[in-house]
Order: sequence, then structure tokens, then C-alpha cells
Amino acid sequence: MLGYIDNIREISKRLLDEGRVDMIIGFRKGTIPLMNEPCFVKNSGELSTLVWDSNCGINLANYLTDRKEKIGIVAKGCDSRNIVTHIIENKIKREKLVIIGIPCKGMVDKRKIAGMFENGIEDITEEDNIIRVKSRGVETSLNKSDLLQENCALCVHRNPVIYDELAAPLIEEQKSVDRYADVLRIEAMTAQEKWEYFKDLISPCIRCYACRNACPLCYCPTCFVDESRPQWCGKSQDEIDTRTFHFLRAYHCAGRCTDCGACERACPVGIKVRQFTSKLNKDCLDMFGWEAGLSPDQRPPLDTYKPADPGDFIK
Amino acid sequence: MEHMGVEPGRLSFSWISSAESTKFVDVVKEVTATVKALGPNINFKKTAKVA
Repeated sequence: MLGYIDNIREISKRLLDEGRVDMIIGFRKGTIPLMNEPCFVKNSGELSTLVWDSNCGINLANYLTDRKEKIGIVAKGCDSRNIVTHIIENKIKREKLVIIGIPCKGMVDKRKIAGMFENGIEDITEEDNIIRVKSRGVETSLNKSDLLQENCALCVHRNPVIYDELAAPLIEEQKSVDRYADVLRIEAMTAQEKWEYFKDLISPCIRCYACRNACPLCYCPTCFVDESRPQWCGKSQDEIDTRTFHFLRAYHCAGRCTDCGACERACPVGIKVRQFTSKLNKDCLDMFGWEAGLSPDQRPPLDTYKPADPGDFIK
Repeated sequence: MEHMGVEPGRLSFSWISSAESTKFVDVVKEVTATVKALGPNINFKKTAKVA
């Protein structure tokens, strides 16, 4: 994926110079390794700051909400699906966008890598499928496929679903992945076991709402957790308040989540927050044959009625 | 909700028209009976006091 950057810069330069876009949303190198950060490039002289490697896990669709400029946006498979969701939900107009599609081979799990090097990481470079990590002057080579973020390892939509330009030829999608193994494992538990499982899962939660902020779906002007009149959800770190927050956050993503993993990546204490949303994603697929953000012409299952919709749960 | 550990039967959904009084009574009876059978909700209960 390293070779992509020349094409990204070239396309961006053309778009900016021709005046087709006012800015490009892409990634620049972060201040510390493994943490590339989103950036807005407004003139072609600054294009050299743009980078592309396996540390670009943040979902850039999050930066499009209600923007009025003409925007060129660098989009991985998941980003492009969130752009589609934004278009469906009227948060951005398709004609305002020039989408630079990136066939994505997965992002690395920064927590996994950081956990392998006690002495900290000075620098990280990569080449095809090899990640080289420098820690206290010692360089270690690692296999990228062992280090992928969980959602990337299970991804079946690596290619962007909509794009105007492509930074590289489309790649083959992964086929034989068992996306919902975790969900099935939890489904097999008893009610009390499930309760305890999620209790343990969210016990480190500090209610910082980083998962919400990183999520492109969470764009409400006032989030339910910030409201105090009425107060929908307790603001303390009481286990029940925390659980209510995670329940509701997940439900707000039902039928909309693209499993981009931004929430999990953003969590400062490493909670697997995708465990909540993947069940809803699986249900949407099983019950409505729906995966979010695949086409701007399809309405999502929660705002359409079909006579065949499952309704057995309603008395 | 059941996936996240809420016991089956604790939560019910129903669609009842304002004209369907008998259905309303039936559903309420059924729901209360199920919830009574489950006993008090020990899980979703706040232990700490919030300001």
C-alpha cells in the first residue's frame, strides 16, 4: 500500500489545481508512531504532508458531516461505505465530493504492536507485508498479516464502494472469513453469562466517549449522553450507567455500522466495543440481508417497510 | 438486548391499536406474568448513588 501515496498526491494536486475541490481530506504523519492523523490540505504546495501506510485507521467520513465546501476525500473501503451512509442520511451532498478510492489491505492494530515493545517504539516503517519496528535502536521485522486490526482481518469490503478516482487497481476481496465467530460464541452463552461477559468487557470504561467521537455515525448536535434535561443516561461511572451508554450507542448504529473499527481504535483503555455492534450487524444481515453503506440508492432497513420484514418478536 | 445479557422475557414489544382494548389487557397480563416468573431484576439495578 506504500506506493499509493504518489498517486494520492498526484490526484490531489490535479483536483486542487483544477479547482474541482477546495480541500483534500487525507492523512499526515502523526506526532508519535502508529498514529497518523487526519489533515485538511487546501493548497497543492502542502501535498507532501500527505502520507499513506497501515496506520491510517481513522475513518475520514467523520470529517465530512455538514461541510459546505467541495471536498476531495481519501477513502478506504469502510470510509467509502460511511460516505454512502452520510449521503443517504443527508449529511453531505454527493456532488460536493470527489472520492479518491483506496483499495485497502487492512490497517494494523496499534495496541497489539505497542504491547509487543515494552521499551516503546521509536519508528515504524513498512514494505509490502513486512512491518519494521524500531525500539531502543533494535529493529524487528514483523508480518503485517499477524498484526491487522480485528475488523480489518475480517473485512469483506476492502475496495471502495463509490469513488471518482482510484489510487490503485482494485484488489481481490477476502472470501473465506468467518466474520461473526465472536457473536456466535456469545450467542451460545446463557443470559447470566452474557451479562457477566459484557460486565467484564466494559469494566475499564472511563466514559470518555472517544468511541462516540471517532464514529462517523455519531453526528447529533447534542448526544443523548450529554443531555441533562431530560437526562437519558446517568453520567457516573456506575456499572449500570456505563452499560446503558454502551447499549444505546450500539443501538444508534444499528443498520448503519460499517464495522470500520474506529470506535475500538479510539478507545484509550482497549475495550472491544465492536462486540456490541457486530451482533447488530449480523442481525441486519440475517434478517434484512442488509449491510450498511453499499449503495446510495438503497434505503436502510430501519426506514423502509417490507411485508416480509421479520415481526415475530412483536405480540 | 438479550445478546447483551438482559434475560429473555424481561423486555417485550407490542403493537396495539387504541381500539384493541382486549389485546392490551391480554398483553399486559402476559407480560406481568412473565416478569413475575423471572423475579426481581437483580442485574439492571444501580448500586451507587449519583449526584
